[in-house]
Amino acid sequence: MAIDTPVKTSAGRWSRGPSGNTGPSRRARAPRRLWVKIVVTLLLVVEIYPLIWMFLTSLKSNDDYLNNSTWSLPTTWEWGNYSEAWTTGHLGLYVQNSLLAVLPALALMLLLGTAAGFALQIMVWKGRSLTLLVFLAGMMVPPQMILLPLFTVYFQAGLSGTLWPLILTYTGTGLPLTVFMMATYYRTVPRELFEAATIDGAGILRAFWTISVPLVRNALLTVGLVQFFFIWNDLLIALTFTNNQDLRTIQVGLLNFTGDFGATQYGPLFAAICINVFGTLLIYLFLNQKVMKGLTSGAVKG
Amino acid sequence: MHRVLGDRRAIAILLGPALLVYSLIMLVPIVWSLGYSFTKGNTIDGFSGNGAANFSRLFDDPAVRDALWFTLKYAAIVTVGQVVAGYLLALLYVFFLKKSSALIRTLAFFPVVLPTVAVGLLFQKFFQVAPQTGPVNSLLNAVGLDSIDFFGSAGSAFWVLIVMDIWRSMGFYAVLLFAGLVDIPDEVLESARLDGASGLRLIRHIVLPLSLPVLMSSLIFSINGTLKVFDSVVALTNGGPGNGTTPLTLYMFQTSFTYSDYGYGSTIALLLTVVCLLVSLVVYRVSQRDITEG
Repeated sequence: MAIDTPVKTSAGRWSRGPSGNTGPSRRARAPRRLWVKIVVTLLLVVEIYPLIWMFLTSLKSNDDYLNNSTWSLPTTWEWGNYSEAWTTGHLGLYVQNSLLAVLPALALMLLLGTAAGFALQIMVWKGRSLTLLVFLAGMMVPPQMILLPLFTVYFQAGLSGTLWPLILTYTGTGLPLTVFMMATYYRTVPRELFEAATIDGAGILRAFWTISVPLVRNALLTVGLVQFFFIWNDLLIALTFTNNQDLRTIQVGLLNFTGDFGATQYGPLFAAICINVFGTLLIYLFLNQKVMKGLTSGAVKG
Repeated sequence: MHRVLGDRRAIAILLGPALLVYSLIMLVPIVWSLGYSFTKGNTIDGFSGNGAANFSRLFDDPAVRDALWFTLKYAAIVTVGQVVAGYLLALLYVFFLKKSSALIRTLAFFPVVLPTVAVGLLFQKFFQVAPQTGPVNSLLNAVGLDSIDFFGSAGSAFWVLIVMDIWRSMGFYAVLLFAGLVDIPDEVLESARLDGASGLRLIRHIVLPLSLPVLMSSLIFSINGTLKVFDSVVALTNGGPGNGTTPLTLYMFQTSFTYSDYGYGSTIALLLTVVCLLVSLVVYRVSQRDITEG
C-alpha cells in the first residue's frame, strides 16, 4: 500500500534521536566559512525580527507609532495596551470562546480517533484497509465542500447561537488525520499483547483502554498538539459558524479587531496580535521537539 | 487465535462513533453539497431547483476564471518556493551547520505554529506605507528608493502574499527534508567524494537524486495545502485590491455568505475539489515516474 511506506520510514528516521541530532556529525569537516555565518544571521533576522518588531510596537502609544520612526523603541512603554486589548478589545472573551470550542473538540477527536485507530490496526477484520482509505479521502477534500450543508443543518437544529457547530465540525474534520496517525502508531504495538491480555480474562475493550491507551500516551500528546495548532489557528470554519459577535474565536476576533474601537488603536491591535502569538509561542517553547516531530510526521501522509 | 481480535461487537463499539461522526460531518455533507450545485437560494430563504444553470454560469464567469488562475499561480509559486527554500535550508543544516543545527532548526520552524491571522496582520503592518511607514518601506527609503504601496495593486500584493507564506513555512519543509537528507548513508557520500565529486557536483549528482522521494512527498503535501489557501489571503489582503488576490476558496466564501447564493457557492466548491484531485493525481503520477526512473 503506497500510503504505508513513507510513514514507516519517517518514524524510523525520527526514532534515531529526539531531535534528529545524530545525523550530520560525520559529514566532511569543511572549514566554517564566513558566508555560512552570514547566511545564518540573515536567516535568523528574517525569521525573528518581525516578531521583535511586533512586540516593541505593541508597547507604543498611538502617537508614538504614527509619528516616530518604525525602528525606534517605544518612548513610553505602554503595558496598558495589553489590558486594553484584553477587555475593551474583548480578546479575553475570544480566548475563552476558543478554549471552549477547541478543548472539547480535541478531547472528542482523540477519544474517537484512538478507538478507531485501534479497531483499524489491531483488530482483525475484512474491509479495514478500505475503511482507512475512506478516512484518508477526507483529508483531500477542501473544507469548502462541507460548509454549506453543515450550515443548513446547524441552523435548522437550532445550534447556530452556540459553540456546538465549531466543536462538531472541528471533531469531524480532524478525525481523518487523527485516525490515520493513531493507526500508524498502533502499528508498532504487537497484537500478541492483546491476545495474551484477553486470555487472562480481560475483554478486548478493557484491554484497549487499560493496556493500549497508556502505550500510545506519547502519540496522543503528539497528535493532540498537532490538532491543537490546526484548530486553534483555524479561520475558515470559525468565520463560517460564528455569526454572533459573542461567539467569535480568537482568530475571528483578531481579524475584526480594528472595528471594536472607534478609530484604529495600533497599540492594542499589536498587543492582541502578540497575545495570539505568545499563546502558541509558550507551547512551542516547552514542546518544540514534539511539535516539530508531530507536524512533519502528519505531513508525510501523501 | 484471532477470535478476540475479530470480535464484531467490540469493533463496532470502537469504530462506530468515529465513523458515525466522520460520516455525518464529512461524507454526507459532501454528497449534499453536490446536490446544492443544482439549486438556487440559501438556508434562510429556502432553495429552489436550478437545473444545470450554475454550471453554465461557472464556465462563463470571468471572476471564476480569475480566481482559478490566481489559485493555480499562487499554488505553483508557493509550492516551489516553499520546497526549494526548505531544501536549501536543509542542505545548510546538514552540510554546514552539522551538530549545531538543532537550535537554528527549532528557531526557523517557529513561524509554522503561528496563527495565520496574526502573521497576516503582522505582514500587513510590516509592508504598509500609510498611516505609518512600515519597516520594509523605511528600509527602501533608507537606500534612497521611494515607498511602494504594496497593497495598492494586485501584482505587488500577490508578491507580499508569496513572501509571507514562504516565510511562514520554509522552516517546516526544512525539517521535513532534513529528515530525508540525514538518511543518506555516509558510505555513499564518502565514496562519491573519493571519486572526486564535491560541492555543487556532489549535491547535484548524489544528494539530489537520493532525496528525490522525500522531495516529491513534500511537493504533494505542499500543493495540497496551497490550492486551499484561505486564511493568509483573508488576513493579509481580504482578496483585494478589488478582487485582485481572490482565490477560489475566498470566491466561494463570498458567493455563499456575502451574496447568499449557496447553490453557486457549492458549484465553485465542487470546482475547487475537482482541481485539488486532478492536480494531486498529476503530481502523484509524475512523482511515481520520476522516482522509479531516477
